[in-house]
Amino acid sequence: MPSRLEAPSARYGEKAISGLLALCAILSVAITTAIVISLLSPTIDFFQDVSITDFLFGTDFTPLFNPPSFGVVPIVVGTLSVTFWGLLTAIPIGLGAAIYLSEYASRRVRRIVKPTLEVLAGVPTVAFGFFALATITPVLQDIWPGFLGDGPRIFNVLAAGLAMGIMIVPIIASISEDAMSAVPHGLREGAYALGATKMRVALRVVVPAALSGIVASFVLAASRAIGETMIVLIAAGNTPNLTLNPTESIQAMTAFIGTTATGDVATGTVEYNTIFAVGSLLFVMTLVMNMISIRLVRKYREVYE
Amino acid sequence: MSPSRPPRSFTAQRTEIAASGAAAATAATLEQRPGADVLKGRAFKAALLLGLALALGGLVWLIVDALIEGGGRLSLGLIFDEGSANPEKAGLWSALLGSIYLIVGVIALVVPLGVGAAIYLEEYANKERWWNRLIELNIQNLAGVPSIVYGILGLAFIVRGPLDLGFILFAGSMTLALLVLPTVIIAAREAIRAVPSSIREGSLALGATRWQTVRRQILPASIPGIVTGVILAVSRAIGETAPLLLVGATVFVTFEPSFFDDKGYTALPVQIFQWVQRPQDEFRVLAAAGIIVLLGLLLAMNSFAIWLRNRYEQRW
Repeated sequence: MPSRLEAPSARYGEKAISGLLALCAILSVAITTAIVISLLSPTIDFFQDVSITDFLFGTDFTPLFNPPSFGVVPIVVGTLSVTFWGLLTAIPIGLGAAIYLSEYASRRVRRIVKPTLEVLAGVPTVAFGFFALATITPVLQDIWPGFLGDGPRIFNVLAAGLAMGIMIVPIIASISEDAMSAVPHGLREGAYALGATKMRVALRVVVPAALSGIVASFVLAASRAIGETMIVLIAAGNTPNLTLNPTESIQAMTAFIGTTATGDVATGTVEYNTIFAVGSLLFVMTLVMNMISIRLVRKYREVYE
Repeated sequence: MSPSRPPRSFTAQRTEIAASGAAAATAATLEQRPGADVLKGRAFKAALLLGLALALGGLVWLIVDALIEGGGRLSLGLIFDEGSANPEKAGLWSALLGSIYLIVGVIALVVPLGVGAAIYLEEYANKERWWNRLIELNIQNLAGVPSIVYGILGLAFIVRGPLDLGFILFAGSMTLALLVLPTVIIAAREAIRAVPSSIREGSLALGATRWQTVRRQILPASIPGIVTGVILAVSRAIGETAPLLLVGATVFVTFEPSFFDDKGYTALPVQIFQWVQRPQDEFRVLAAAGIIVLLGLLLAMNSFAIWLRNRYEQRW
C-alpha cells in the first residue's frame, strides 16, 4: 500500500495548464516592463542631448522650432491647470452626489442612479472634447462678465477643465459612495442616539470615517484628468503658453504627445525622443498618484471589512 | 405566583405606559430642536440634491446637445457612405468597419489572456508568494496608466521596435487589447470569486483535478459575469481615440479595412476627432452626428451587458 495518497498518473496536462495560466498572469508584468523599457530608452537618448535641469525647469517649450527649447514647465502647468479646474468642478458635485446617495437616497433611487452614473462614465472622451469646444466655450464667451477681463479664447483652459470635471464626477461619486457605504451602521446609530441631526451624522461621522476612500477617489480622478488626452487636445489648444489664466489657450502634456506623435517626426531625432521624455514624466506622475490611491483604498478596506 | 408581585398584565401595562411616556418625552425634545438646525439640514439636503442633479445633468446635457446639433444629419447615408472630404457626402462606413475589425482583434486577444490570468490568480496562485502579490499590484497599476501611454507603448514596441508590424490595423487591436486587459482581468476575477467555495471543494472532494474543477464548475458558473466584464471593457476600447492616433489610425480612408495590410485604417472616434478639428460648421454637425452613432453603439452594448448580467446571474 502506498504511504500517502497519490494521483495514478503524473498529470502532465494539469501542470501544463497551470503553467499556461501563470503565463497569462505574468503577461501583465511583461506589459509594465515593456512600457518602462519603451519609455526609458528614448528618454535616456533624449537626456544625452538635453540636460535634465533644462527639461524640468525650463520655461520655454518649443521642441519643433529652430533652435529648439525643451523646458517642460509650460505643458506641465497647462496640464495641472486644466486638472485644477476639473477638480474644482468635480469635487463638490461628486462628493455631494455621493453623500446624497449613501445617506439620504432610498434604496430604489440608489439602485437606479448609481448604474446610470457608471454607464454615463463610459461616454467616450472625444465626445467630451467636442462638447467643450462646441458648447461650453461659446456659452462661456456669451456669459463672460466684463470685469473679469477678456473672455475665453476659442481654445481655453476653462472649457476643457469644466468638461474634464463633468467627466470625472462619476469616478468621485462612485468611489466615495462605496467608501461611505462601507462605514458600519453602528457608528451612525451611535451618533443618532446621542441626538445628532442627519446632516451632523453625514458630515461629522460618515465623511471622516470614509475619508481615506474619499481622498482616494480625488487622487484617482486627478490622475485620470492628468492622463486624459482628447479633451485637452480638442478644447485647450496647442500653444505651450506658460500661464495660469484659464481663458488662455495652452498645451497639455498629453496633447503634445498626441499632436507630435501623429505628425511626421522621424524616429531617433531629438524631437521624436521628446515624446518619450514627456511620456515618461506623465507615466511617473500618474503612477505615483495611482499608488497613493490604491494604498488609501486598502486602508479603509482594512478598517471596516 | 407570590401575592407580593403584581399580576403579569399589570407589569405589561406599566411597561406600556413607561414606553409611551418615554416616546412622548423624546418626541417633545426633538420638536424643540432649534429651528436653525432644521433649516440647515434642509439646505444641506438641497445642496446634496443639487450635486446629484449636476452630476447627472452635465452628462445628460452633453448627450442632448449632440442630439440637437447632429440629429438632423442622421440618416442611413451617414452610416453606409464611405469617408469623403465633402461634408454632404461623408459617411462613417469605413470608420465603423475599422472599429468593428479593431474590436474583433481586441476580443480575440484579450479574452484568452484576461480570463487565463484571472483563473490563475483566483484558483492557482498562492497569495502569500511575493511574485503573485507583484502581479496583483501590477494589474491594479496598469488599470490607471493613461491611454496615451499605451499609445506610446504601441508605437515603440508594436508598430516599430521589437515587433515592427508597421501601421497596420492589427497593431491597433494589440494596443487596445493591452489597454483593456487589466479591466478584463479585474472583472473576470470578480466573477470567479463570486462562485462559492463549496462548489469548488465539492468538486475536488469527488476526485476532480484542479483543471476539471475549473472547466466543469467554476467557468460555467462565472461566464455571465465574465462576458459582462468583457463587453464593458470592449465598449471602452471602442471609445478610445488617443492611443489609436499614435499607432496609425489617422489616415484619410475611403475603403474597407483589413487586418494586416498597411494602406491605413480609421476608427469611429478617430473619424469624429478629425471632423471636430475642421473649422467649418458642416463638419461640426457631422461630428455631432458621429457622436450620436458612437453613443448609440455604446449604449446598445452596455444595455446588452446589463441585460445579460440580470438574466443569467446566479444567486448562491
